[in-house]
Amino acid sequence: MNLEELNQIADAVRAENGKYDYAVNVCQGTGCLAQHADQIQAAIGASAAAAGKNVQVRRVGCLGFCAAGPLAQLEPEGHLLKGLSVARADEVVSSLGGSPPPGLQCELSELVEKQVQVVLENSGKIDPEKIDEYIERDGYQGLVKALTELRPVDVVQQITESGLRGRGGGGYPTGLKWGMVAKAAPGQKYVICNGDEGDPGAFMDRSVLESDPQRVIEGMAIAAYAVGASKGYIYVRAEYPLAVSRLTSGLREARRRGFLGNNICGTPFDFDIEIRIGAGAFVCGEETALIASIEGLRGVPRVRPPYPASAGLWGKPTLINNVETFANVPPILRKGGAWFAKVGTAKSKGTKVFALSGKIRNTALIEVPMGITLREIVEGIGGGVPEGHSFKAVQTGGPSGGCIPAELMDIEVSYESLIQAGSMMGSGGMIVMDDSSCMVNVAKFFMEFCMTESCGKCIPCRAGTVQMFELLAKICEGRATMDDLDLLIDLCSTVKEASLCGLGQTAPNPVLSTLRYFKQEYIEHIQNKRCPAGVCTIKHEEVPA
Amino acid sequence: MTKNETSPETMSIFSPALSARFDKLVGKYPLRRSALVPMLLYAQDEVGYISDAVVAEVAARIGITELDVRSVASYYSMLRFKPAGKFNVQVCTNIACMLRGGYEIFDTFSEKLGIGHKGVTADGVFSLEEVECIGACCWAPAIQVNYNFHDELKPENVDGILAEYRAKTPEGGR
Repeated sequence: MNLEELNQIADAVRAENGKYDYAVNVCQGTGCLAQHADQIQAAIGASAAAAGKNVQVRRVGCLGFCAAGPLAQLEPEGHLLKGLSVARADEVVSSLGGSPPPGLQCELSELVEKQVQVVLENSGKIDPEKIDEYIERDGYQGLVKALTELRPVDVVQQITESGLRGRGGGGYPTGLKWGMVAKAAPGQKYVICNGDEGDPGAFMDRSVLESDPQRVIEGMAIAAYAVGASKGYIYVRAEYPLAVSRLTSGLREARRRGFLGNNICGTPFDFDIEIRIGAGAFVCGEETALIASIEGLRGVPRVRPPYPASAGLWGKPTLINNVETFANVPPILRKGGAWFAKVGTAKSKGTKVFALSGKIRNTALIEVPMGITLREIVEGIGGGVPEGHSFKAVQTGGPSGGCIPAELMDIEVSYESLIQAGSMMGSGGMIVMDDSSCMVNVAKFFMEFCMTESCGKCIPCRAGTVQMFELLAKICEGRATMDDLDLLIDLCSTVKEASLCGLGQTAPNPVLSTLRYFKQEYIEHIQNKRCPAGVCTIKHEEVPA
Repeated sequence: MTKNETSPETMSIFSPALSARFDKLVGKYPLRRSALVPMLLYAQDEVGYISDAVVAEVAARIGITELDVRSVASYYSMLRFKPAGKFNVQVCTNIACMLRGGYEIFDTFSEKLGIGHKGVTADGVFSLEEVECIGACCWAPAIQVNYNFHDELKPENVDGILAEYRAKTPEGGR
């Protein structure tokens, strides 16, 4: 395969698409499918055939505006339709070429204006199971370019220049990581894609895998070439059956087109990928735990160093990156590291995908440039909190992150500024809370999550999360004293300092950040036995007779 | 669904297709035990749960002790040591669903089915589980029944969902 052959495939796809007067792209992500998007697609197809209209009815990946699903986009006009149903298929077909049926059109302006799409550039535009449609949108040009024009060290250089940092949450510079694995002693090396997405409120990786699986496969192949690996693993949660099935067909297609296998693109480079399915353990998102799980052990983390870059899977040098990190790689190779670095802030380059959920009008999957303010996301794209409520805080970083209060809404989204605000970038969950949310209860929720998911290997996390949870429960129920609060704060620092892995080290963060900004709510529960948001059930101590 | 007897032809409790898949899987990795978690997941899909017979045969195929198999299997929340219902209702009560009434959905299922977390109905048709984030946060509150998603639920949707699945059982088809 060379660039010319890629262009021929792309031309064939364009010729096929050009045969139709209209196209209806029906979203078939998990959310829309749960509302029978497949049946809607079939109904629109049948209706078009009956009407004798020349319409291409296609399955596409996530269209992003999840709150309004099932969704479809019409071409060539570009109208986005919401709330579709089988019953309205005929109306949709007869409206083609004119204005959309009443009540079905989405108001797009704010939702689209502030977004910049790199990772999601094909999401909702291509059929996720057709590799040729990916190629038509410049897919695999990055890999072909890397293999035919660049040395592995040049590929690492492009990634370093781009300023890309790990999108799983940690923000480690990707180029540095690749360079370390590339420099490890030659021999068997591995590339692992971490798709064990488990942060509460986060489903970006699911959406990327469901909407554009080839992008992740191409990113992994480029990485393998750069570091000298011949074998890759994608670790996906079993809870994501659609992602697994689209990846499975994606790998088959990539092999058929010769992007995986031996002598890829006529070069000596060999690489193939296998899917490994997780069996439900949040800690497996931690890299050493994930490796242990693939090896057939309990998925518990181990002490680092050695880092996987020097001793990873089966003791061999291993590159492990998140789904979204790999998804950024193909355009960087295609357009150059300098192009990527143009978007973002001084230290946080490119874009970030966020899953916007909770008490917000437009729940959506969005991609925004680094440096955008939280206000632009929550009020602009998200449309603010539901009518009659006031915005209180936004939670980022899952159980490792924290709650950022309304008064800090003008801070920019970057790795550094979110940490400064007491939270972190995390993998991309953004959960909005309003005045009906109790912050102590939220802290309790996250602590319960950490307690349940703690693997039990180290004592500070295993025992500390239980104690902190019980103290938080006591506060919520109005049974705590101010001494309990001091004890809680004390425990936070112990667990933070003494835990083995990221889960324990960051478990106190939701408590610390809510204490920092909403201490009054804790005190209200303790001293006045009252939950200001009206969420917690206060248990009055019985007075002994 | 629950098949725990060794068949005389294959000397295995697994179907010939799964046996062949396992033969390939154990030879695939630098260490045989690396096949363990996928084997347990596939075995559970076929047998319904990780029975004593599954543990014994998987241990023998890999060449590790049964205790070792149990130690790993018990770590992963999706592996079950008891049969689930024909339809396993998993209700997400994680933060995005919790903020939008996930617990009310769980309580409604619990009340209608008369079972709690990890319970199975007497007729074996339904089981109920409270689970962590299933990545359906934009359509909260959401549930997963076997591999199907249902989302943006309200307590009044519960009856309809249960009826939909009950109709798929032989008794329900009357």
